[in-house]
Order: sequence, then C-alpha cells, then structure tokens
Amino acid sequence: MDIQFTEEQELLRSSIQRLLRDQYDFEARRKIVADEQGFSRRQWAAFAELGLLAAPFAEDAGGLGGGPLSTMIIAHEFGRHLVVEPFVETVVLVGGLIERLGDAAQKQGFIPDILDGKKIWTLAWTEKGGRFDLADVTTTARREGDDYVLSGGKTAVIAAPWADYLVVSARTSGNRRDRGGVSLFVVDRRAAGVDLQSFKTIDGRRAAEINLRNVRGQLLGKEGEGVVALEACRDRAIGALCAEAVGAIGELNSATLEYSKTRKQFGTTIGSFQVLQHRMVDMFIAHQEALSLMQHLNLSISGGEAGLSRLASGAKTKIGYAAKFVADQAVQLHGGMGMTDELNVGHYFKRISSINIQFGDPAFHVLRYARLGAAA
Amino acid sequence: MELALSPEDAAFRDEVRSFIAENYPAEMRVPNPETDLTKEQSLLWHRILHKKGWIAPLWPKEYGGPGWSITRRFIFEQETSRAGTLPPLAFSVTMVGPVIYTFGNEAQKKKFLPRILSGEDWWCQGYSEPGSGSDLATVRTKAVREGDHYIVNGHKTWTTLAQHADWIFCLVRTDPNAKPQSGISFLLIDMKSPGVTVRPIITIDGSHEVNDVFLENVRVPVENLIGEENKGWTYAKFLLGNERTSMAGIGRSTRYINKLKQIVEAEIPSDDPMHLDFQREIALVELDVLALEATELRVVAQMARGIDPGPAASLFKIRGTEIFQRITELTHRAIGNHGLALREQPASANRFMPGPEYGHTASEKYLNSRKLSIYGGSNEIQRNIIAKAVLGL
Repeated sequence: MDIQFTEEQELLRSSIQRLLRDQYDFEARRKIVADEQGFSRRQWAAFAELGLLAAPFAEDAGGLGGGPLSTMIIAHEFGRHLVVEPFVETVVLVGGLIERLGDAAQKQGFIPDILDGKKIWTLAWTEKGGRFDLADVTTTARREGDDYVLSGGKTAVIAAPWADYLVVSARTSGNRRDRGGVSLFVVDRRAAGVDLQSFKTIDGRRAAEINLRNVRGQLLGKEGEGVVALEACRDRAIGALCAEAVGAIGELNSATLEYSKTRKQFGTTIGSFQVLQHRMVDMFIAHQEALSLMQHLNLSISGGEAGLSRLASGAKTKIGYAAKFVADQAVQLHGGMGMTDELNVGHYFKRISSINIQFGDPAFHVLRYARLGAAA
Repeated sequence: MELALSPEDAAFRDEVRSFIAENYPAEMRVPNPETDLTKEQSLLWHRILHKKGWIAPLWPKEYGGPGWSITRRFIFEQETSRAGTLPPLAFSVTMVGPVIYTFGNEAQKKKFLPRILSGEDWWCQGYSEPGSGSDLATVRTKAVREGDHYIVNGHKTWTTLAQHADWIFCLVRTDPNAKPQSGISFLLIDMKSPGVTVRPIITIDGSHEVNDVFLENVRVPVENLIGEENKGWTYAKFLLGNERTSMAGIGRSTRYINKLKQIVEAEIPSDDPMHLDFQREIALVELDVLALEATELRVVAQMARGIDPGPAASLFKIRGTEIFQRITELTHRAIGNHGLALREQPASANRFMPGPEYGHTASEKYLNSRKLSIYGGSNEIQRNIIAKAVLGL
C-alpha cells in the first residue's frame, strides 16, 4: 500500500512546497513567532489565496472537495516547515465540525469566512483535571430563548488568543464524565463574559486559559451529542497531527544524516561510527513505519471505515513514540548544536513534544487502543 | 538506602542536615534555581558554606578543605543534594581549584585558591570549541609566546555561565606541530582582558546558561600558565575525572521522583487507568535509582578501603543522566495539557503560567535535561571509555 497521488494532489503538494520554500523558511518563521501576535495574518491570507483553507471542504460547502487526503498533504508540508498558523484548529477541527453538524444558516454564515481566511476559529474542549477525556466536561450551558448561556472554564486552548470564534463543549445535562449530555456551542471570542489568560506554548505558538461567565452561545449540532461529534473530530485531528509529526520526523532525519556526514571528530565523520549508523537506521525505520501508518489512517478517514477510531489511537501511539525517539536522537546526534535555539532541530523537538500532548499522549492512546480492541 | 554509619559519622550527618535546614537562604528557593537566580543570589549559599569551612569538601586541609574522610564527603554530598541546595559553582571549586593546587605553583595557589573559596572569583571552563566537542584534543585556540605574554586567539563554546565569570581556564594550542594531545597548554585568562567577548547562546528551553567566548589577540601573562607548557592535556584529563564523579545525582533524582508522585496524585484520579500506568513507570525509575545508588555506595565503600574506582564515573554519568531525563519526561507528561506551556525567559512572576505551580517548570526542565546526555563527555563517549578501559575492547 502506497498512496499514488492524483495529479490534483501532486499539484496541491508542489504548490504548498513552493509557497513555504519562498515564504516560510526557518528565519521567516522565527520572525513570525517572535512577533507580538505570534502568527502571521499575511501568511494566513496566502494560505487562503492558494486554496489550502478550502481544500478539505466538500464542493457544495464551497470547498475544493479534497477531503482528508488533502488535509494530510497540507499538514505534512506544514510539519516540515513548523508552520504555526492555526490550520488544524480552524480548518480541520472547527471546519470539520461545522461542515458535519451545522445547520444551513451556520454553514452559510461561517464556512465562507473560513475559506477566505477572514476568520480564525479554535476548539475549546479541554478542562482542568479532565486530561484527555472528551466527556470530562463541567462547563455548563442552559437554554435561554433561542440561545444558550455558558459558564465554566477551558484550559490550554491552542490558538484561542488569535481566534475570532470558539467552538466550546458544555454540559446541557448529566454529570461530569457522562458521555451523554455534552453539546457544542459557537461562541464569539470577544463576547461579554469571555476572559482569556494567554501564554506561549512549548512550540512557539499561543494558547489561553479561558473563563466563561454567562456567555451567549449558539448550539452547533444536536443537544447532548457533543461527545460523539468530538470523537470523530479527534480522529480527523489525529490524522492531521500525525501528518505534521511525520513531516517533522522526515526533516529531522535528513538534517541528522547530513550532519553526520559533515561533522568530523576523531579525524573522521561521525557518520562513520557504527553505533551512530545503527541509531540512524532505527530513525529511518521509525520514519518509514510512521509514514505508512499516516497514509493508512488518512485513507481510512477518507473511506469512513469501521474501526477507524481505534486505528486513530493506534497511529497516535506509534507515530507519537516514533517521533519522540527520532526527536531525542536528532538532538543527541547534533550534540550541543541540537540544544540551541538557533538551529531548527530543537524546534522540531518542541513541535513533536506539543503534538504528543494534543488530543492525548501515546500512553493514553495505547490504553484506548487496547480497550477498543477488547470491546470489538 | 543508607551507608552503615559509625556513631560519629551519624552525628556528622545530623549536623549537616540541621545546618542546611537552619542556614539555606530562603531567597534561593525559586521555581528554577539554575535559571532564575542573579549572580549575587546564587553566591549566597556559597558564602555561607565558606564561612562554615565546608565549601570545598574535596580539597586537602592545607588549602582550605575540611579534611573529611571519603565517607563524610559522601554524606555531605548526599545531604546537600537531598535538600535541594544549589551546589557551589563546580567550575571554581570542583574543577579549576584542584588543578591549581595539584599542578600550579606557589604564587598561583596563593593568588587564586582563597578567592575561589570565598566566591570572590567566578570561573568558567574554556574547553569545547565549535570543531572540538567530544574530540577535545583537537582544540585550535592558539597561544603564541611573545616575551612575558601569550597572545591568544580562538573561539570557545558552550561556556557555562561565562556571562558571570571573572576568569576562564582554557585549553590552548601552544605547539601546532606536535601530536594533538601533546601540544596543548592549560592557561588561566582574566575575563576582563581586552579582546575577550562573550556572546549568549540561547537553548531550547529559552534560558541563557551557555555562551560563545571569543578570544582576539588576548594578552595573557606567562605566569598564568599552569604547570608546564604543552602538558595541558594531562591536567585537562585530571579535571574531567573530577567533573564526572558526581553525576549519579541520586539526591536530585530522589527529590524529583517525590515531586512527580505528588503531581500524579494531584492530577490523576486513582480510578483512572493512567494512574496505574504512572505508578508502574515511577516504580521502574525508582528501581533504576535504587540500583544506581547501591552501586554508588558500593564504590564509596571500596574507595574508603583504598580501591581505585576506575571508570565508575562513566557508569554514574550514563545512568544518572538517563534516569534524570526519564523523570523530567514523566513529570512533563504528568501535568497533561499544561505541558503545552513554557515559561518565558527571563522568568518573571508577572508573566502568566497556566495550571498549578508544581507544573510551571516541567516543560523547561524536560527540554533543558536533553543536554545531560551530551555535555561533560557525551554518553556515547562514556560508553567508549567503559568499552576500552573496563572491557578491554
């Protein structure tokens, strides 16, 4: 199994590669990250211009109909360039939710502005003490006329400081950790009662703790079915995050290989030492396996196959551990240079560390994989 | 695990313990002492130990050491690291000091040793160069004799806390034609000399610990040469031996494991399967610590009987650093989504950090500890040492 990309997909890939090579090299990224805002509106507009923000959406929603494979292609290239802009958050997470759950008015109201790069969105599902459990929701929503009123808190929400809108999970019935009774809501990030405390993330992005006090929100999808929707959303997110991780792994491996062929110690290149050769062979194998699983997962997402969610947890585990191994070794083999802020290697290490936390770390997902297997 | 102590040594241990409890400065108890303290703050404990006569446990009594037995030195090391005190600057007390009293002349001993003990001089280490990391013998920084001075030109790197340093001890090449190891000299250079420039290197945790040090036509008086010209490699190896002795870090690992346990209890409900997963991981790393500690105690007991520990230091370095890296990984994992946050440097209490305080330094410690398997002779080099010196391969 190896995905043969269509002409269209190849075109998408080469056009992203060209854009990122011209506008998003490591120095350009450094400037973006150091900027007060922490991301680039100009880049975001360029992504929209190229159709990247429309690529995965269905054609009847105004998208290009590329589906999960286009997401995979984009995320893989974004991973190679350590792109900080909120593609996964806006397009994959929220875009996917609105496309599947939104009513006609919501789709018409929100999707065009996403495609055009006019509005940025993020998903706020994590709560203090909830770790990676989608159903661990204490934020409440009570009905008031046509709207709902939300109160509670969300934690470590990536891209929230950049966002115009949030999709927030809140409990409309049931108790904490009940799978039923969770619903999703669209909230204007600048609405009264929304309070953000922002911070920088380990991989140079921005996130926030969010406090909601009697905030008006509009229901997205059916009341009480939020967890099921979030589970499918997580599967798609994992498809994209794994592609980013594989992109990062590939870059780390080429950088390390290149370094080992040029760096000389003890009168020879360090790549001539067998212990390091074997290490790099293991890094190569890790990349190959991760790449294969990434394709397998994204094809399954495309086909909406049964057992998809278990596979997503499996891929998050395997690719997470592979990425961690490669990142550790890439820093180690670069020696002191791998520790510096100046070289990109450490930044891939940090990006991988961040990916491994988002939507659950490998230790969480391996258990989920085991349990879903036992239940099947 | 404890050494079997004589009543006198047990009394000594109690004395050390209560001295730390009563005298360790409160203002040094910051979230991350390695990055958050000013130079003056980090010297507070140094000065207290100096006043007490405990600043240099390794040093012979005639130079200002306390004259402790190997067992007492070990007790002191154990108690201070268990209590989480910031160790006195290693480059001064543990590294250059012993080189000076072992290989230096009387004038050098008289000039430098008291100032090292008092903390008046802050030393940094001019060993690594951009082309000389693991292979230190290829240093290219040149020192050319010109009358009563050496003229030094070169570029040192990874120089820890050079931004605070008054002096740097350098490996320099004095004979370009000799074999790599035999053309090196050990030179003491005043950081205030014209031609010395320090440039910060920021690491992936955002901190500024290490630096580039550029030496451009720096004039160094010949009296600052340690021992003989071209014999520097011998002194350097002697010093590296000292650098690697205390890297088992049992006290520090034990403290971090205790903190990790508290974090896990606070973060993860006991009915969550991840709780058991963490307990298992913690138990495994505790066993690693136990085995390393037992090995360390066995070596200390052998040393007390006069047996040369050989390359045991390499074993301690490999396992000690691997263990500590593992603990920082688990701690970073334990705080869940808050592991996404990284404190901005320079650290300030005014900047917002999410989540409970116990997790605020988890990300930076996790990132920073990647250096442990690289510096002080990478773990690959340490394995080579054991392969060669112990296994005879």
